Parts: sequence; structure tokens; C-alpha cells
Amino acid sequence: MVDSSQQAAIVGIGQTEFSKNSGRSEQQLAAEAILLACQDAGINPHDIDGMTTFSLDNSDEVDVMRSLGCKDINYTTRLPQGGAASVATVVHAKNAVESGMCDTFVIWRAMNERSQYRFGQPAMSISPDAHSSTFLEWCFPFGAQTPAAWEALSCGPYLDKFGVTSEDLGRIAVLMRKHAATNPASWFYEKPITLDDHQQSRWIVEPWLRLLDCCQESDGGVALVITRMDRAKDLKQKPAKILGAEYSMLFNHEIISDFYEGDLITHDIANRVTDKLAASCDVAPKDTDVAMIYDNFTPQILRQLEGFKYCGVGEAKDYIKDGHMELDGKSPLSPNGGLMGEGYIHGMNNITEGVRQLRGTAANQVKDAETVFLASGVAGAILGK
Amino acid sequence: MRPDPIQRIDTAFFWDACERGELVAQKCEACDLLWHPPRPICPTCHSMEKAMQKLSGKGRLLSWVKQARPAAFGFPESPVAILVELEEGIRLVSNLEGVDVDDIKVGMALQVDFAKTSNDKAVPIFRAAGAS
Ligand SMILES: [Zn+2]
Repeated sequence: MVDSSQQAAIVGIGQTEFSKNSGRSEQQLAAEAILLACQDAGINPHDIDGMTTFSLDNSDEVDVMRSLGCKDINYTTRLPQGGAASVATVVHAKNAVESGMCDTFVIWRAMNERSQYRFGQPAMSISPDAHSSTFLEWCFPFGAQTPAAWEALSCGPYLDKFGVTSEDLGRIAVLMRKHAATNPASWFYEKPITLDDHQQSRWIVEPWLRLLDCCQESDGGVALVITRMDRAKDLKQKPAKILGAEYSMLFNHEIISDFYEGDLITHDIANRVTDKLAASCDVAPKDTDVAMIYDNFTPQILRQLEGFKYCGVGEAKDYIKDGHMELDGKSPLSPNGGLMGEGYIHGMNNITEGVRQLRGTAANQVKDAETVFLASGVAGAILGK
Repeated sequence: MRPDPIQRIDTAFFWDACERGELVAQKCEACDLLWHPPRPICPTCHSMEKAMQKLSGKGRLLSWVKQARPAAFGFPESPVAILVELEEGIRLVSNLEGVDVDDIKVGMALQVDFAKTSNDKAVPIFRAAGAS
């Protein structure tokens, strides 16, 4: 573990509104979010010296630098695996500042994912050997063409084995929307749903995913500023220390179309990340005060709860049913409403919420939150005051 | 009709075999590893000497889905997409035909068949074992 003065911390957060039609370019959304994060931290964007985003982000690093006047970048990288990259960005940011390679590191993700293109629709153009095409080649000709279809096919054996019902999944959606309903930044602000609403919602993918089992498609931008604790003390906000951040890719696994390895019951990658976290950090995910867990589709919450060891295999549906993830429960889940309720900025808006929970400034504030767990399948991070 | 397979240099042998009515997998000449989807190199011994092995075409159903919204692109009606585990231990995504949705059972025994695609290529599909 690094000396406490050299420990990485999130010192600035920025986000645009979350909408279905931003009315402006993705480059502008990226610039707005980064500028807001820098203003929040009290740093000049000219001083940014490292940056990362998702491989899927359309804004070029040079354009981001030109928009914000960044003078001299020491390190950039882009992360694979779609939304699984969201918490993985924190791993890279931590390493970049704790190694001394960077002092002022920015993470951004900005997209017009509803108004310009939609992840929920089939990918029509696939170029041989390009990103993801080697996976899609084996799904597309059989009519499994959307993230929802891949997710349902991959989670099916788990859901079947433990007798998970549509109502069990619906309880997760109801919880997300309950939290979103009292968060003014949410797209679904003041729009809670009932279990019956969930049960009446149309099928997206039979026999597992209804409309209300799916995250939103959203336009918007989110950014974070990361530095070391020795520099954080001079900045505007109370830092959210990155107590641990780990990432794992395991042989022969894919992210959402994860069909070819393992028993399709245990979440081997999340298990591995949890073990790595235990070696680097004193706090286990299940012992944190807030759980920000990537909710692209409801089954993903169940599988990650088990993978990150909140409960035993097959127990997650009851863990939810027993109320442990309510705001006043043991492990409140995504008090912002998550990607289903608040907005889908590819997972990054769950990280800004985690930071607000530690600052004590969240719309649905968890009382005395000292630690937060961030998860996106292949990556996990623990933040603390 | 249904969409043609996407053919790449490393995988064309699989789709060509489908046109002959054969389900095959990549087999490493050096260490006998059976592997799917095909790769340019054996992940175990790193040999690039590849053969193909004809498979039994018998397997069992691990999971199934049907895209309701959006409907599957390139099909008159969304098919039942399945994950199959073959006797040889290989898994693949395919379609289930000739079985009513209400009669689909996880674990059910399946047998391969082949379906023509829009431009006269072929893809493997599965039917309930014992059905003609
Ligand atoms: Zn070999």
C-alpha cells in the first residue's frame, strides 16, 4: 500500500444533465463535464496531465485537449469492454497518479447514446477482425443481436438454476426507480414504479427481460478529476480516497456475451476482483456503506452481488427481497437510481454519486456514509473519506 | 430468410462446412485441443497447425432467448436463439427450430440441422433430439 500522502483520491466530479436529446455535440458534452469537474475541484483544466476514457467514446484526446487548453499530457489510455470500463477507469487513474506519472488525471465519458445512436439496437455494420466483431460473428446470424439478448442468454442458466422469477428481477427495478424518484437529477425523477408496472411492461427479450429490466439509453457527459492526497489538501472539496481499485480479465471470458467459459453460475471475474481487493484494502465490498453496482440489466445486479460476495451463490434474490439494499438497509444500492433510474452514461454517473455520498451532498444521502463500493463486473473500487 | 454468416479468414472453414451439412470445430494438430469459436492459434500450446474435426451434432440446451424488441434484423420473425453445449464439450450460439416456446426445457437433448441463409450460405441450427 502507498503512503497515505501519496494515495489517490477523486477530488472533482462533473456531469451534464441526463436527457434523451442533448441538442449538442458529444465533444461539447465531454468538455462541459470535464470543465465542471475541474471547477468542482478548484483546478485549472490547463493543468490536466493525464486522461482516460472508454474505447467506445467518440471524442478524440486531441479534441478534448484543444477544447480545454490542456498543455502537456503524460499519459492517455482507452479501456475496452463497454460499460465494464467504467470502474476500470478508476484503476488506471489511481495507478497514474500514485506512480507519479500524472498529478492531475481526468476521466471522461460523453455520449449522445439516445439521440445519435442506440446501444439497444442491432449493430448493422461489422468489420472483420475489428472491435467486438469476432464476438458478434457468432451471435448475429442467429438473431441474438442486442445487449439485452446476449445478457439474457448468458444469465439464463443462473436464473433457471435458482428459480429466479420475473418478480424477483422486478424488485430490483422497483428499488432503482424508488431511489430515482427522489433524485432531481434523474430522468425518472418523481416517477416511481410498482411491481405490477414491471410485470405489465413489454418483453424486450423473452423469457427474462422486460422493458423495466433494462437500463436507459441516455445523452450526457460525466467527468472525474483524480490526484494524490498531498495535493488534494489544497483543493476545494473533501477528497474521496481510492482505498482500493482492482481489475481482472480472465481467460476465455467475454463481457456481456460470456458464453464459453465456466459454469455460467458463479461470477468468476467478480470473485477474482474481490480477492484482489482483499489483498490491497482493509474494507470488503459487503462491508461498505453504499453499493454502486452497474445495472445494465436486472440479472447483472444478482450476479454481481454474489460475485463481489455480498451473499452466497443463489442468495442474491433473497438479499434484495429482505430489504438489505434499501436506503436504510445494510448495503443501500445506487441511491441515485442507477443506470435504470438516473441515466445511462455508461456507468460513470454511478461514480459521481459514490463521491457525493462521501461528501454528504447526495439527493438521497445515506446516513454517515464512510465507504462506498463501485462495481462494473470486471472492476471494483472502494472509496473512503 | 435469415442473415448470412460473417466470414473471416480464421473462421471460413466452419461456415464452409455448414454448406456441406457438417458441424465442425477447430482442432489443434499438436495437442488435440478442440476449440470454438475458431482462433488463429492454439491457446494451450500455441501451435498454428490447425485441423478440423467433425462433431456429433448432439448436445443439450443451456439457455434460450427470443428478441421481442427490437425484432431480430434479417429474419421475418425473431428466432429462438439458444446456447448449446455439445457432447464434445464445445458451446455455441445457434437457433432452436420446431419446438414451441412453451415446450422448451433447459437441458433438453438437441440434434444439429442446417438452415439456408439469404445468399445460399448455411448456418447450424438445432432441433429436439429424435424429432425428424
Ligand atoms: Zn494446441
